[in-house]
Amino acid sequence: MNAQVPATTPMALDVKDLHKSFGNVEVLKGISLRAREGEVVSILGSSGSGKSTLLRCINLLEVPDSGDVTVGDETIRMQRTRDGKSRPADQAQVERIRSQLGMVFQSFNLWSHKTILENVIEAPIHVQKRPRKECVEEAEALLAKVGIAEKRDHYPSHLSGGQQQRAAIARALAMRPKVMLFDEPTSALDPELVGEVLRVMRGLAEEGRTMLVVTHEMGFARDVSSRVVFLHKGLVEEDGRPEHVFVNSKSERFKQFIKG
Amino acid sequence: MNQPDFLDVISFGPGGWGAALLAGAWMTVLIAISGFLIGSIIGTFGAWAKISGGRTIRAIADGYTTVLRGIPDLLVIYLFYFGGSAAVTAIGRFFGSEGFIGFPGFLAGALAVGITSGAQQTEVFRGAFKAVHKGEIEAAIACGMSRALRFRRIIAPLTLRHALPGMGNVWQVVLKESALVSITGVAELLRQAQVGAGSTGMPFNFYVVAGAIYLTISTFSGALLQWSERYFSRGVRRN
Repeated sequence: MNAQVPATTPMALDVKDLHKSFGNVEVLKGISLRAREGEVVSILGSSGSGKSTLLRCINLLEVPDSGDVTVGDETIRMQRTRDGKSRPADQAQVERIRSQLGMVFQSFNLWSHKTILENVIEAPIHVQKRPRKECVEEAEALLAKVGIAEKRDHYPSHLSGGQQQRAAIARALAMRPKVMLFDEPTSALDPELVGEVLRVMRGLAEEGRTMLVVTHEMGFARDVSSRVVFLHKGLVEEDGRPEHVFVNSKSERFKQFIKG
Repeated sequence: MNQPDFLDVISFGPGGWGAALLAGAWMTVLIAISGFLIGSIIGTFGAWAKISGGRTIRAIADGYTTVLRGIPDLLVIYLFYFGGSAAVTAIGRFFGSEGFIGFPGFLAGALAVGITSGAQQTEVFRGAFKAVHKGEIEAAIACGMSRALRFRRIIAPLTLRHALPGMGNVWQVVLKESALVSITGVAELLRQAQVGAGSTGMPFNFYVVAGAIYLTISTFSGALLQWSERYFSRGVRRN
């Protein structure tokens, strides 16, 4: 079941003309991307196409050289330093917007000195300043939802990769984010553990979460996403509904890509 | 031969040196702790300067560690004691006082120990920070933590995990280095032992007792350190 939303649904995320270079290598050459509330956008592309960089520019883990990122109705304000480099104008605004974007990393990145529960309640308590009791209750519900309620007092190193990634998803959800960003969430997992993570992500899509998913999982892109965006050499090469682009894309490169 | 019994000499009774030695041990611990804390603060800033400072700040930090690791610690204590005394004498003269004013030996000692151990702590913290998994810091950035919150909740505890063994070594060095402060006349353990040795004519016995006390302090603090190492390594998988 692909999550399709009416065209009148408000935008959750609007990325306009994003440029990013590392040294002399231009990784993003002007990328625009929008996601309405409840949409699941899969971002595909071969390695080096810039898809991870795109995701990391959205929450400013990388600072884009130019372009606009709007989350909800708030655009991240940027300014130029004297030597022409781009940087956020208001760090507090960036931190606020980051707390509205739940990021799930390829290598989980759970805090290894904190238990699973402590990982999940950390940002709600200390960044969002919500009452501890409420955060713990919500965290327990989230851990149950991703199927690792009994692991709440374990440390990340005692969990399998699939369990760690599900805990990381719970941690991101605990911020009540407007948009979830997934950066190749299953790429570091053993094949037999991929399914449990994808099932959780499918569940999130079905309950109407706005999600941006950088992935190599063709099945997920085809069956779950409302739109598929194919990046090639730092540009959007294809953008459309999966049932459309997977069947009759005009892009030779995309056809080549999905053939494997 | 009316050599008194050594056990009477180091007893706590009248004429015994027990209380003086214990007071000296206490002073040693105070100097070592103060020096270690000063060194840890310097080390934190030094590591920060080396990791994320600009070119000038980095050069200053490099200069500091190179110089302090390259000159004898005893010399640093001399510099602080006599340099400090010269400074306060000059200030005293400015306010109309005559003659030499001694810089407090404790302060000179703690500062000197702090500044020499700070150079080592800088390297300990820098290495420990490098060993922290960068993804965990990125996760902290991504969920909107401010720089200060990130440092307090994530970076400091994770860095300490890797730093503690090195800090333990620095602590042992600091404890022994505190003995050098005896040259400024501070009545710490070694100084008390010297005085006792001189006035009773039993140097060997006094120095053996001083050695035993040093060993007790380092053993006890070693256990404390091991406990904190275990605490900060929680969640690290042991195979």
